[in-house]
Amino acid sequence: MAQFLSELSVFGFRVCPWPWLAYVLAGVVHIALIINLVAVGALIFIWLERKISARIQDRLGPTRVGGKFGWLQTLADGLKLLTKEDLMPNGADGLLFKLAPYISFCAAISAFIAIPFAGGSYPWIAQHLNAGVFFVLAVLGLEVFGVILAGYSSASKWSLFGAMREAAQVVSYEVPLGMCVVVPVMIAGSMDMVVIGDMQAGWFTNWLVFHDPFTFVTFWVFITCATASVNRAPFDLAEAESELVAGFHTEYSGLRWSFFFMAEYGSMFSVSILASILFLGGWHGPVPVASLLGLGGESSGSIGWFLAQLLGLGNVLLKGTLGVCIMMWIRWTLPRLRIDQVMTTCLKYCTPIAAVMFLGATCWHYNFPSKNFFGLTSYPQSVYQIKEGWDATKKQPLAAEAKADKVAQVQRGKRAISRHGERPIFLSSGERL
Amino acid sequence: MDAIYWPSVFFLLFGGTACTFAVAVLVSKNIVRMAFYLILSLAATAGLFFLAGADFVGAMQLMIYVGGTLVLLVFGVMLTSQERFVEMKSDAGDWVIGFLAGGALLATLIWAAVSIPAWQGMSRAEAEALTVEKTATPLGMSLVGFRVDNPKESGYLFPFEIVSVHLLVVLVGAAYLARAKRKITKVALASEPSSAGTDQN
Repeated sequence: MAQFLSELSVFGFRVCPWPWLAYVLAGVVHIALIINLVAVGALIFIWLERKISARIQDRLGPTRVGGKFGWLQTLADGLKLLTKEDLMPNGADGLLFKLAPYISFCAAISAFIAIPFAGGSYPWIAQHLNAGVFFVLAVLGLEVFGVILAGYSSASKWSLFGAMREAAQVVSYEVPLGMCVVVPVMIAGSMDMVVIGDMQAGWFTNWLVFHDPFTFVTFWVFITCATASVNRAPFDLAEAESELVAGFHTEYSGLRWSFFFMAEYGSMFSVSILASILFLGGWHGPVPVASLLGLGGESSGSIGWFLAQLLGLGNVLLKGTLGVCIMMWIRWTLPRLRIDQVMTTCLKYCTPIAAVMFLGATCWHYNFPSKNFFGLTSYPQSVYQIKEGWDATKKQPLAAEAKADKVAQVQRGKRAISRHGERPIFLSSGERL
Repeated sequence: MDAIYWPSVFFLLFGGTACTFAVAVLVSKNIVRMAFYLILSLAATAGLFFLAGADFVGAMQLMIYVGGTLVLLVFGVMLTSQERFVEMKSDAGDWVIGFLAGGALLATLIWAAVSIPAWQGMSRAEAEALTVEKTATPLGMSLVGFRVDNPKESGYLFPFEIVSVHLLVVLVGAAYLARAKRKITKVALASEPSSAGTDQN
């Protein structure tokens, strides 16, 4: 991106006369795209939440603002929030009280840094991390700091109670969430989200949720834990309005309060996209439209490639939105759990189920390494060619040396691995030597 | 050749942030603010790891230090934030001992950083010629017993297994310790057939 900008010229004028400006502009473009995705996403999701909750409760919801369907309702809400007075309680810790909403919001948008929106050799991703899944999980866990600091600094019992509940909940749900994420990582043999998404290319039978019965169950456990980790009902103990007024954001008003909401919708969107990439094929639709139409190809910059990537982007956003809608559906259908029920769900159900599913998926993958769709079909040959790129920059070893290495591997009974950045995807099969 | 060498800029940014907030932890008197500054300092350290291309270690730093430990720290701080613990005051003797211990460590580290030849910086031309290697997969492979960089060597499967089993035992033990220690008599069983719900907190 930076290189592209530094060489770009419009009407004979170079856009970036100095190379360092190109780096700054490239960074600004990525940041602006991500912030807009979260902010505009929140705008749409809040409207959607109003409409969905209204339909579930047999009402109409907003109908007037912006003409039809009240589609500008959120903007009107935002203007109202802007004009509200920015209040702070007397005994509050001023610095932390003011910073807390921004911390939540920053954590929510940081997760999008490592989330790919289209794959292939030139993926659409702000920062292609080698341990992408792990980074997203780690950053999603940071959102809790904003909530804890808000609860503490508000100098209010309700807020503190909400923050304590949130802390307990997030710490315990990280365990089963991590175990669920490990299953697709193990099957793909990589923590790189681009690789995990690309190995599910083709028809929906290649999706990891249908890989075997264990991944199918894991997906539902993941959905439960993800809902809990972003504090959505029925796990929204931190802001239980029937007991705690509004929980951790009781004392907040105006724009600061709305930052908490943007953070909440942002992290809902990011866990939904994470679920879609890990289990539901990511940027590959249920039907491989792009490859059926002959789009795509490896060369970056051609029109066909761009259209295919755009289609992938649409797939990711659509799946993410569907996930958010399902969370809304759950929220307006199920009653809120008690704190002990939340803990029971985590420790007595989610964690053991996730552990057993992990064990089961490991055994299944060991016995049927090249099968997918519940063991009925085989993976296409293209899956074996996906490269992670961790070794691509290295010099290739001499042929004789490589051969000697390979012989040594066979003698030592090691499993197959290619040395040139090719991903050792099905290690247990041994058929790729 | 670029006018600004961005890796240096970001190194100074992250390093400066980490040091500034580490000092702020010392200077601050409110215990929750200390925890908050510690979070920022550790997060800046994670930024340094990412800058060095160590994605996995950086994410580890975020997950374990920033995420896990500090959630627990803040949690504990809030439980103990009684009136007399909110403002922490340290007397002059503490400051002297602290400066002596911290200063000695700092001097040793600076001396080591300057004197060890392998730790000397390289010129900018050398640095720009380097390629970033992705390290997460080779790390993972070596933990399951296969060294990518040197296939003749053995990996670290055994220590990895010990740590995994240890962590599993910790998880089960934590769940066991946190269970409700409630005596269930026959009368209680008869009157309350579904005694679900254990008070965790």
